[in-house]
Parts: sequence; C-alpha cells; structure tokens
Amino acid sequence: MKTSGDAIAKAFFLSCAGISAVMTSAVFLFMIVLGLPLFRKGSFMDIWMGTWSPAEGVFGIGHMIAGTFWIAIPAVVLSLPLSLGTSFVIAGLGGPRLRETLISLVRFMTGIPTVIYGFLGIFLLVPLIREELGGPGMCVLAASMVLAVLITPTMVLFFSHSLMAVDPAHVQAARALGAGRIQRLLYVMLPEALGGMATGLVLALGRALGDTLIALMLAGNALGMPAGFLDPARTLTGHIALVQAADYDSLEFRSIFACGIALYLFTTASVIAVRFIERGKKEAA
Amino acid sequence: MKQSSALVLVLLLLSCCMAAPCLGDPLDAFSGQKGTIKIAGGTAHIPVMTEAAKRIMTRHNDISITVAGGGSGLGIKQAGERLVDIGNSGREPKPEEIERYGLAVYKWAIDGVGVVVHPKNPVTSLSSEQLKDIFSGKIDNWKSLGGPDHAITLYTRDEASGTREVFWEKALSKGPISPKALFTASNGAMKTAVANDPYAIGYVSVGHMDKSIVPVTLDGVTPTLETVKNGGYKVSRGLFSNTKGEPQGLTRLFIDYLFTSEGQKIAADKGFIPVK
Repeated sequence: MKTSGDAIAKAFFLSCAGISAVMTSAVFLFMIVLGLPLFRKGSFMDIWMGTWSPAEGVFGIGHMIAGTFWIAIPAVVLSLPLSLGTSFVIAGLGGPRLRETLISLVRFMTGIPTVIYGFLGIFLLVPLIREELGGPGMCVLAASMVLAVLITPTMVLFFSHSLMAVDPAHVQAARALGAGRIQRLLYVMLPEALGGMATGLVLALGRALGDTLIALMLAGNALGMPAGFLDPARTLTGHIALVQAADYDSLEFRSIFACGIALYLFTTASVIAVRFIERGKKEAA
Repeated sequence: MKQSSALVLVLLLLSCCMAAPCLGDPLDAFSGQKGTIKIAGGTAHIPVMTEAAKRIMTRHNDISITVAGGGSGLGIKQAGERLVDIGNSGREPKPEEIERYGLAVYKWAIDGVGVVVHPKNPVTSLSSEQLKDIFSGKIDNWKSLGGPDHAITLYTRDEASGTREVFWEKALSKGPISPKALFTASNGAMKTAVANDPYAIGYVSVGHMDKSIVPVTLDGVTPTLETVKNGGYKVSRGLFSNTKGEPQGLTRLFIDYLFTSEGQKIAADKGFIPVK
C-alpha cells in the first residue's frame, strides 16, 4: 500500500514540476509567436535598436530597453549603501531590540503598495526636482530614487539574512582574538556572506527592471533617448502598460511581445547570474 | 454572535428601505433581472458608467456591473472578443472594426477635448498655429508666448487614447508631437500631472476639467460645456458604447438606460453633452 501511495505522490509531484517547466517555456514561445507579425516586418535589429514612431511604421523599442536600464541601475546604486548600512545594524552593530524593530519595519515596507510610493513621488519629489534641479521633473532621477526605496527591503532582508547565517563559531573565534564589533562584521561576516548578498543584489536588480508603476508614474514615459538623469525615459514595462490598449491586430500592440521577450531575457540572465554566484559560493565552502 | 447577526438584519432592512421603488422610474425596467454586465474601455466614459451602475445596483441587488478603463482601442477589442459585454470608445469604431467584430454602435453623448495649463500660468489663449508649434517642439519656452522664461513641459497620451486621437486630428491637424513630450496613462493622470506642474501644457476631455487646471482659449473659443454644445468649439467627439451584435437582456437594458432622461442627465452631470 505504502509503495503505491509513494508512487502516486511521486508521479503527481513530477507532473507538477513538469507543468511548471513547460509553462515557463511556453510563455516564451507564445511571445515569439504573437510577436511574429512585427518581427517579419522590416529589419529584425530595427526592433531592438530603433526608435518608436508608429505614424511612420517604425516600432523600435531600443529607447525603452535603454530607459529600463537608465532607471534600474541607478536605483540599485542608490539602494546599495542604504541596504548595506541597514543590514549591518541588523546583523551585528545594533542590539537585539533595535534588530527586531528594524526587521519588522523592513518587512512592513515590503507590504506598502507601489502606487503609494508613486503618488508620494508625484506630489513631493517631482515638483522638488523640477524647481531645484530643472527639467520637466518627471525624469530618470525621480523614478530611480523612488525605485531605490522600493527595492531596499529586498536587499536588506537578503543581506541581513546572509550576514546572520555566518557560522557563529567563526564570529566567536574572532571575538576571542579580540576583534571588535566592526572588525568582526567587516573581516569575518562580510566575506563569508558575500555570495548570498550578491544573490540579493541581483534579485533587487531584477525587481527594479521588472517594476511597472513607479516608472509609469514618475519617469515621464517620453519617447526620446534619455541623455541625463533629469531627462524623461520610458521603460519596457511602462511601454507595455501604455500600449496595451492599442488595437489588437496593430503592430503597436505586437511590440508588447518584443518588450516581453526583452524582459524575459533580462530575467533569465539575472537568474543565471544568481545560479553562478551560488555555485561559486558552494565551491568556495 | 447574536449581536452581529442582528446588525446584519438591520443593515438588510435599511438597504431594502433605501431601494424603495418610485413610480415611472426608468430603473424599473431592470426589475426581476439578475446577472452581471462587464464594461471596459474609454476612460472618459467611466464617471457616467459607474454612476449608472451604482444606481442600478443599489436598486437591484441581483445585478452586478463592473466598470474598467483601458482606453478606446481596448474597449472595442474586448467587446468584439466578448471579453466584456459593453466596450466603450471615445471614437467611432473604424468601419473595419465594425465589420470584423460585427459591432452595434451607440453614441449617447458628446465630449470636447480642451488644452489645459496650470492655474498660475498667465498664458490662457493660443492660436491653432501656436498650439501646433508648441506640440511639435518649435516653441519650447513660455516666454515667447507671454509667460515666464521657462521651458514648456508637454504632456500627451498614448496612441490608443481616444482623447489623443480627437486632439491630434482636430487641434493639431495630425501634426507631429515632439519626442520630448511626457506620456500620461489616463485623463485623470493628465489632470494630476498638469495641476502639479506650473510649466505644463496638456489636454483633457472637457468633462474632466475642474479648478485644479485652467482651459486654454483656442482661436478665440474657450473649451466649455457651452461652446462644445453649441458647436463653437471644434475639438470634440462622440462618446460611444459598443456591443458585439445587437445587445440582449441586461446589456440591452443598460444601453437603453443611457438614453433615458435619467441616463442622459447623468452624462450631463459628469460634464458631457447629451445627445437627446
């Protein structure tokens, strides 16, 4: 009885895993098939590198790809020191009470709906940037700053988790040798936790690349290529949100699938990066 | 436990009282009906749709009506694919769309699309030529128009927007829009953007105008309900509700309701011009 039950369970779980795997690849195929009318028309590279000008029959998403990175990379750069500092306090520098407070605060931050950050950005940050720094206000800088706040909890939770997972024997040994709190953190915990922290960084970058609403509300969504942090930009996700209302058979609408393919490839790349980092970590250990 | 069930009973009684029928009410047509109506599409239609839906659902508890946005293109597409019962559009569906989907088209109100600026902006009157130059990027500073020495922030909508289509066709004569223009996703988002930017210029449907923004007089005509109604202001469009084939049952009743005096009054209250 027991063995047949095991076999059924095994078959069930295997088919679940199989369905998930098939669905993930099916999504990719689905995007290619639906995007075909666009890929067939004109040069293939024009879609990825060209400009967006539907009136002239040009449907390039090159500026959206650039806009996505223009906003996501500075967001990660802004968020990194903030997250490092916070996770250092959580993992070693603060007392147990401060640690608990910070962790629950960061967990609370993950639950705040994105649209609230977006609205705060429109009413507070955008006018401030426009008045103090110039430009239209809705720009790369506004979106990256708010996006940095959005991805900080992801980074902090990953960073502090990896720091706290460091073997306590190593930390105790360093302590016995007379290492202070900061020395233990920087010379014992940090090097050992680097792999896990890199994973958190890549996942935060993935979240920044995939976020829709912040850039849609704050980056201005203009079609030109941004030349600086005060210029507006359009992200791939923002483009999908703006164009999805177009006529289903139009090439504008088909460009959504080109954007989807680009986003899919970026996500795949970051997942592969995470795998490499984790494998490197295991080999080192 | 006992207390909470008593509370529910009281609430039920209250809602019954509030739903007491009046004589000769167009809402009586829905009596005895049950089911759902799904509506999506043009964002300009939403205030009218939600008000109509609210009145119908308050009286008839068995009817549920959902109203979503998405833009005119989406409304036509989803109605044509039966994803929704009624697809709204701020433009007349194209002949090929009507043919492909077999749409029945109902125009129940008229809407004007007006240029708007921030209340602090001294520039409140433009010619068509100036407007075209502003949107093409030829004029990029308020100073040459009598305003402050500051760059103009252009706001526009995406290609699927019916509001954009009317504005682009009738105010810009299909002229170019600068690649520097910022894009907003709806009439509401446009209003928020312009109301928060002293150097902004954008366009919204007249039904969405309020004190947070100021309409710009175009060629001597200010976009108001009056001027759109009497035809003096030319940048206007019909508001359409589309169904796949002749509407049946609840959907038919809802379309008919839009054309009753009560339905037309809702449209007028929300800033549109009734067709009847």
